[in-house]
Amino acid sequence: MSLPLVVLLPFLGAIAAPLFAQGGRTAIAIASSVPALIALAALYPHWQTLAEGGVVLHSYEWLPALGISLSFRLDGLSLLFALLILVIGLLIILYARYYLKAKENVGKFYALLLCFKGSMLGIVLSSNLLLMMIFWELTSLTSFLLISFWTHKQDARRGARMALAITGGGGLALLAGILLIGNIVGSFELDDVLAAGDLIKAHSLYPVALTLVLLGAFTKSAQFPFHFWLPHAMQAPTPVSAYLHSATMVKAGIFLMARLYPALAGTEQWFYMVSFTGMATLLLGAYTAMFKHDLKGLLAHSTVSHLGLITLLFGMGTKLAAVAAVFHVINHAIFKASLFMAAGIIDHETGTRDMRRINGLWRYMPHTATLAMVAASSMAGVPLLNGFLSKEMFFAESLELNLPGLLAWLPPIIATLAGIFAVAYSARFVHDVFFNGKPVDLPIYPPHEPPRYMKIPVEILAFACVMVGIFPAVSVGPLLYAAASATLGGEVPEYHLTIVHGFNLPLLMSFVAFFGGLLMYSQRQRFFDFHARFKEVDEKAVFEAVVSRVVDKAHAVTAWIENGSLQRYALLLVVSVVAVSAMPLVDMGIFIGENGLTPVDWPTGIAAAVLALCAVATAVFHRDRFYALILLSVVGLVVALAFARFSAPDLAMTQLSVEVVTIVLLMLALYYMPSWTPIETTTARRIRDVLIALVAGAGMTLVTLAMLTQPFSSISEFFLENSKPGGGGTNVVNVILVDFRGFDTLGEITVLAIAALGIYAMLKNTALTPPPGDGQGHAWSRDGHPLMLKLIARPMLPLALMVSVYIFLRGHNMPGGGFIAGLITSVALILQYIASGMIWTQDRVRFKYHNMIGLGLLFAVIAGAGSLAFSYPFLTSTFGYITWPVVGKFEVASAMVFDLGVYLTVIGATLLALVSIGRLSPHSAIKSKKEGA
Amino acid sequence: MELLFALTIGVLTASGVYLLLRARTFPVVVGLTLISYAVNLFLFSTGRLATGAQPIIGSTGSYTDPLPQALVLTAIVIGFAMTAFVVVLSLRNLADNDDDHVDGHQGNDHSQPDQSKEVTGK
Repeated sequence: MSLPLVVLLPFLGAIAAPLFAQGGRTAIAIASSVPALIALAALYPHWQTLAEGGVVLHSYEWLPALGISLSFRLDGLSLLFALLILVIGLLIILYARYYLKAKENVGKFYALLLCFKGSMLGIVLSSNLLLMMIFWELTSLTSFLLISFWTHKQDARRGARMALAITGGGGLALLAGILLIGNIVGSFELDDVLAAGDLIKAHSLYPVALTLVLLGAFTKSAQFPFHFWLPHAMQAPTPVSAYLHSATMVKAGIFLMARLYPALAGTEQWFYMVSFTGMATLLLGAYTAMFKHDLKGLLAHSTVSHLGLITLLFGMGTKLAAVAAVFHVINHAIFKASLFMAAGIIDHETGTRDMRRINGLWRYMPHTATLAMVAASSMAGVPLLNGFLSKEMFFAESLELNLPGLLAWLPPIIATLAGIFAVAYSARFVHDVFFNGKPVDLPIYPPHEPPRYMKIPVEILAFACVMVGIFPAVSVGPLLYAAASATLGGEVPEYHLTIVHGFNLPLLMSFVAFFGGLLMYSQRQRFFDFHARFKEVDEKAVFEAVVSRVVDKAHAVTAWIENGSLQRYALLLVVSVVAVSAMPLVDMGIFIGENGLTPVDWPTGIAAAVLALCAVATAVFHRDRFYALILLSVVGLVVALAFARFSAPDLAMTQLSVEVVTIVLLMLALYYMPSWTPIETTTARRIRDVLIALVAGAGMTLVTLAMLTQPFSSISEFFLENSKPGGGGTNVVNVILVDFRGFDTLGEITVLAIAALGIYAMLKNTALTPPPGDGQGHAWSRDGHPLMLKLIARPMLPLALMVSVYIFLRGHNMPGGGFIAGLITSVALILQYIASGMIWTQDRVRFKYHNMIGLGLLFAVIAGAGSLAFSYPFLTSTFGYITWPVVGKFEVASAMVFDLGVYLTVIGATLLALVSIGRLSPHSAIKSKKEGA
Repeated sequence: MELLFALTIGVLTASGVYLLLRARTFPVVVGLTLISYAVNLFLFSTGRLATGAQPIIGSTGSYTDPLPQALVLTAIVIGFAMTAFVVVLSLRNLADNDDDHVDGHQGNDHSQPDQSKEVTGK
């Protein structure tokens, strides 16, 4: 239980902490410390187990099918990192209390910091690699938010974006690597993966998996060539830099290498990739650090260099090197965090971080200066401090590498060179800031010591530098042993934590580095002049340029595809469908299945010819819109005939009535539109469109032909068998609609209702003046509504309504039903509008179509919900028979209520749509306003 | 019969696609209507072509597949709703922009100049 708790607590704290923001900075700092204190207390009981090389596992199932579990694992290595995260985290909380100004958003700051802490603990404590991946990405996100904490600064936003792009991109690579490893091993659990090291290394995908995992680690830990994000992340508030970008987050990549060391290390590929990357980073970081005038910039590049050192140690592949690497993780975290805090204090007290202006601070803040000098000496590797010990181990290991020939000299030379640079930049940090004349033009003058408690974290860390430096075996010995044994997976080589191992080659290298560094610093002006000859590459500018170029290209592609032309979209759509289906269709050719062809009878043939002719004519004569419409209506009518011909009476009736409504609709619309489509495209383009259309048509023909001649099996046996006994109706199509698939139908009439209401809303306050004539020089006829039509239409209404009721009632057993009856009623009503006009008809229609739609949906839902009352599932229907005096035995089904809902919705929706269009012209709008008044 | 049916669907599709690729709203709507005829016929025919086998229990000896019919019935009605919606969308566009282009070129050239063009076109 305790391990998930340790990870969860900071997140809970992140929710709770902002509540204390009202109480001031002290209150929120105390509240934010609670999770870490509890976590430390929760981890303490496990120490005995871990010191003996044991492992604590807490596992809960989460998504077993995907191999993801909520499993947590504590061993020496994860304990070491957890302690760094928790203890330095506590110091940072205290430090930030004084660093942040009262007016800043401290609630947000502490919440983010705690979120980060929880994510980081998640990385080091996860046993499941996929779970670890989730926390890994969370650290990238929280780091992004923390770097950009001062959102008003453009540099901060850009730095944050760059950090997110690099570490997030690396995270994707890592995810791929982890998936590969999980695939090879067959499990994502750490114990299984660590045990399967030989299996992984022998696998053919090992190089790929290794490269991907290392990409993740190198981007996170700012290794060359991805190191450039780290210096730019220094735009973050200093507590963040001290915590995330020196002590913890950038160590996550190192942690990953240590964690997977038994599974991945020990091969040639590991050696070359890791050690050479480390070497390059070590040297480049150390060299660049010397020339930075920004205090934090110097520290950032120095961090890059030290991360390179640790990576190089892991890359060497010897066990002692791994021990040294773990040791240096501890030491670097301690001295670098304290140096960042000292830099923050100086920034806080002087208002600048430019070392050309900050000079001679010893006179103003001797206490801070002493602490910073201790930490800086540790960074330089001065004896009796912790940095010296691990650096000494590093020098010793660099001599042990068995590289061929002259290459054997490369690691020790690079190590010494980096050592010289390190001494030089440390000397600069001390001498330039605290001595070297007087301050120049400080924004805050005179500077003085910071608040008492702000120095406490620095004091603790500086004290730790000395303690570890003088009494290494007592202070960190056991922890280092536990961590090293967990890293190596058992056996730890013999090593001695003593201050001096006697006069040997590593000590000589230290001497060379120390005096060489001091010499270099004293001659610094020459180096500065030399360095100034090279044009400095601004990584941020390069990065921004790359990003903006990618964005530009993306915009260009989007603009090419999405150019606002429906024509283009339709073209792309059709062409891609044709392209995708071309291969299989060409392969298939003219395919006639086992069922073969049936003979054609004359009437069907003629009807088909009429249909085809009218369809083609519609396309050919489409410029004259009215003709096209007439031809289109012929096509629709023949389609209705086709349904009737091929055993679908319901469809035929539906198609027939929809056809009428559709043509009326289009006719109404045409009234407002130009009646002629001008020629606006080139002949070539039209020929191209014809070709595309022909290909699409040919494709459809081939597909249809192949399908129609194939035998098939259907699930409809069930419907045919159960229609009468189960649904109480003999018209299977109708029973399917209102009973078997009633829920679908409910959805469909809802869509219908929404479409109609959408139409109403779109046209509600719109007025459209129709063109004065038909576009061919004829004015509209001024005649009123034709008398004959009026006279015929009015008596038709009751007749038509009666027919529709009949069709509705018989629908369950004979062709008909709610849809068809609704459409017939609509047609009858529309006829009145056409014959007698909007105003006359509207005066006599005593209800609103909106209400009708609502009522229809209500009926349908009630019919469905009724079955719930009898504890049957939604939309279960029942039926019975009653005997009426004249009619005889009559069936009543509850589905009929549902069908009534369909009926009402169809009428309401159809008429609302058409009447909305009819009202459009200003003429009828004025009239309808008069009506209202 | 199957060949005839397939050819008919092909002709409907070809005419519909050609109109779909035009630059004004009205031909596009007409094209969509033609395509929806083709699609409805195609979906319907997945139950194969049967003569005199309407799925009404007791009316004949064998029944054709009722399921595609039920699907197509609602498809026809929804198709009408969608056509109406698109038509109204184009009317609204006409009201707001005084234009019925769908090719991204907004031009008010559909009134007088077109009519002169159309006369020469005829």
